[in-house]
This record gives sequence, structure tokens and C-alpha cells, in this order.
Amino acid sequence: MEIDFMDSQIKGVSTGTTILAVTFNGGVIIGSDSRASIGGYYVSSKTINKLIQVHDRIFCCIAGSLADAQAVTKAAKFQISFHSIQMESPPLVKAAASVLKELCYNNKEELQAGFITAGWDRKKGPQVYTVALGGMLLSQPFTIGGSGSTYIYGYADAKYKPDMSREECLQFATNALALAMGRDNVSGGVAHLVVITEEGVEHVVIPGDKLPKFHDE
Amino acid sequence: MSSIGTGYDLSASTFSPDGRVFQVEYAMKAVENSSTAIGIRCKDGVVFGVEKLILSKLYEQGSNKRIFNVDRHVGMAVAGLLADARSLSEVAREEASNFRSNYGHNIPLKYLSERVAMYVHAYTLYSAVRPFGCSFILGSYDQDDGPQLYMVDPSGISFGYWGCAIGKAKQAAKTEIEKLQMKDMTCRELVKEVAKIIYIVHDEVKDKAFELELSWVGEVTNGKHELVPKDIRVEAEKYAKVCTTTTSLLHGISVTWVQNNSTFKMGKKKQTLNISLLSMVK
Repeated sequence: MEIDFMDSQIKGVSTGTTILAVTFNGGVIIGSDSRASIGGYYVSSKTINKLIQVHDRIFCCIAGSLADAQAVTKAAKFQISFHSIQMESPPLVKAAASVLKELCYNNKEELQAGFITAGWDRKKGPQVYTVALGGMLLSQPFTIGGSGSTYIYGYADAKYKPDMSREECLQFATNALALAMGRDNVSGGVAHLVVITEEGVEHVVIPGDKLPKFHDE
Repeated sequence: MSSIGTGYDLSASTFSPDGRVFQVEYAMKAVENSSTAIGIRCKDGVVFGVEKLILSKLYEQGSNKRIFNVDRHVGMAVAGLLADARSLSEVAREEASNFRSNYGHNIPLKYLSERVAMYVHAYTLYSAVRPFGCSFILGSYDQDDGPQLYMVDPSGISFGYWGCAIGKAKQAAKTEIEKLQMKDMTCRELVKEVAKIIYIVHDEVKDKAFELELSWVGEVTNGKHELVPKDIRVEAEKYAKVCTTTTSLLHGISVTWVQNNSTFKMGKKKQTLNISLLSMVK
């Protein structure tokens, strides 16, 4: 997902992805599509992984310039790992999100990447944090991001309920991704989902043809 | 327990033949020259008490503070060279501030005390600098981790405690602290006991006037470290004065009884005791 400066001269426009994270009763689900594109004309990868594990129970999904996002998450992963060893306890999700935020804010001139951090910690349980392009940090019960997210704001706002069960939440996230990937030309491929709870981390991959179909397809 | 380390005590970068670093031990002696400070952790908070000796009648009341605020939720009580302690409190403040800036939440006390202890330890490694001549007690309260109490000494070591004392009367204070069941007490009860301990260990003969500095952090203050409010402090000091005077009176009576070995005289003293006790409580 290299930046095509013809298309995205306005700072703040996310390019080529759909990402989301939703809390449920006892955990959080983080999900993304798997398409990497160049300028919206060419799919450079159909099966890219946008869900990066920064610690045992903390994941990050990336939007924007893939190169910038990979560099930032690599640095953040190191810092969080070191911090966790020094503290002799797993890091708080807020701490991981803050590390990302510091990197984004202090280098805002050079970077064009946004993140959604989600995870579980002993103190506050399941949490979702958005780190926007310029370095804003915001905690929300659920959040969607990337270019594909614009097509599913209505669906997400209408269908989200607090304290869902794991299955309800999985259905919600899958539907949201499917709808976004169906309308956004730069989102597609397979749906990657990760379910994070106190017990552990579970990856769910839904290939394109197994995604839920909606009546207009 | 003093010993002279002739020749091996000139710099912190030298060991003695029996494996001691004398400069660090001398730094700890500097702490023992200062007046006492104690910190006690109870089930819902931490209370600090400092015996602040008044060296001049011209001092403003409340000046020369020995208890510092390191972060909103962390307090620090010091003993030893005050100038060293003040500079270390700035170091602690910077650590706490940087942590919050990087990680977005309150610094856990265990981590803060380890970082400051590491800094203190660094000054015990080189001959170009001298070790810090102060010990300090750090205390904090967090909703999830509860109350925490750590002490750092000039050698750069930090331990967690339920109760600790530093300064000239630390042995006597420790004995008094060990008598308390602090795990079952609340902050309000503990404030009075801390005041009592400071009054007990204060030496009336050698050091005349002193000001009691009390501070606390816990559920009662919503996690914020602050000086104990004036009315509670006054009540605690009254309780402390009653306890210490009663103890000394009782002590006086038992001594006289043993000396005289006569029940008549004992009866008379008992009356006097009751009257004086009543007048004090009023």
C-alpha cells in the first residue's frame, strides 16, 4: 500500500484497507481484510496480514502506508517487550497504545499510518484504542478504520451492542468486514479475525468465498 | 558499631580487604544523624510521619518540608542530608513524569523505586562523585494494586515494606511499629498510631522542640498523596501526647513503688495519677 500522492494529497485520508476492533463480554475481536494495493489500480498482495501481535494479549491493526506502519509497529513491539520485562508483568493495553501514539505524534511529519490497538489486560480487561494519523489516542468500545470503514459506519452504529457474547461479536465483525470488502475496491481478499481473551488468542481466517453474502451480490 | 577503614575509605571506588565500601557506610551514618521518619502501610493506604526538629524559633511553621510529592499518587519521606534528598525527589519526579508521558498511566511504585535506587546506586560506583547521604521512603496507593511502601537507602537498594523507619531513632521506632497490626488497620486509625510513635521516639532531653509532619495517601484521599488535614493532625497529636505522658507517668509510679515498697504511698500516687489523667483528657 504505497502512497499514490495523486490520489491522497489531503492528509488524513486512509488508503486501501478495512480494519476494526470490537469488545465483547470477556474479550475483544480485532479484524481486517487482506488486500494491499498500489494507488487503487493494482492489487500488490491478496493475502497480506494486517494484524500484528505486539505482545501476548495485545494486537495492532494497521492502515495507511504499509512501509510506515511496519516500521512503527516493529519499533513499538520492541519497546513494549522491553517495558514488559522491566515491569515484570504483562503490559497494559493503554501502555502499548501510548507507545504507538508517541511514535506517531513525534514523527507526524514523516509518517502516514494509523492504528487500532486492541487487547486484554488484568487491570481493565478487554479494551480498544484508536491511534489516528497525527497521533491522537482515543479509547472506545469498538472502532472501525481504513478506507473501507466509510461504507460500514451505518451498519456498525446500528448493529453494535455492548456486552455481546463471543459468537454474536464474531458474527458482527465478519458481517462488517464482508460489507466493507464488498463495496470498497481497495479492500478485499480474506477476512482475518483474532479473538483475544484472558485465556488466549485465537485466529479465525475466512476465505473470500466463505464470507456472508448479502442480497445484492 | 563504628569502625575506621584507614586508607580504604577515601573513595567509593575502593573495596576494603574485608569486602566493604566504606564511603557507602559513611553515607548511611549521615542518615543516622538526622531526625526520624517513619512510613507504615495499612490495608487501605500509607501514612508517613516525620519528626522535624526545629533548629531556630525564627523558622516559619511548615517550612523545611521533609515529605515531598513525587506524582499525584506517590509521596516521599526523607532522612539524611536534605539537599541530597531534594535533588533525588526531582529525579523521582522526572522518572514518574517520563513514564506517564510514554505509557499513559500512573507509574507503579515498585518500578519507580527500582529506577531511583538504580540512580542512587550509580553514585556509589565512582571516585569522582560521592554517594547520596539520604534514605527515603516512598509510598503510593492504586485502586488495583492497593497501597505500596518502598524504602531506598544510600547503597542503592530498595525493598518493599509494611512498615519502616529511618533516622536516628529508627531502632526504637521499628520496635514500636512491630507492635502494630497494620494489615487490619485503616488510615484514620493509623494516623494516630504514627503520631504516637514519633512522640515516643522523640528524645526530649537532646532535641527540644519538634514539629510533626504527617501525610497520607489511600482510599481516604482517593489515591492522592497529601498532608494530613489540620483537624485530623491536631487530634492525632492530642492522642499521641496522652499516650506518651501516660506511659511516662505509669513508668514513674512503678519506679517509685519499687523504691518505697509501701502500699500507702502507692495509694496516694494513684490518686494523683487519676487527677492528672482527667485534666489531660479534658
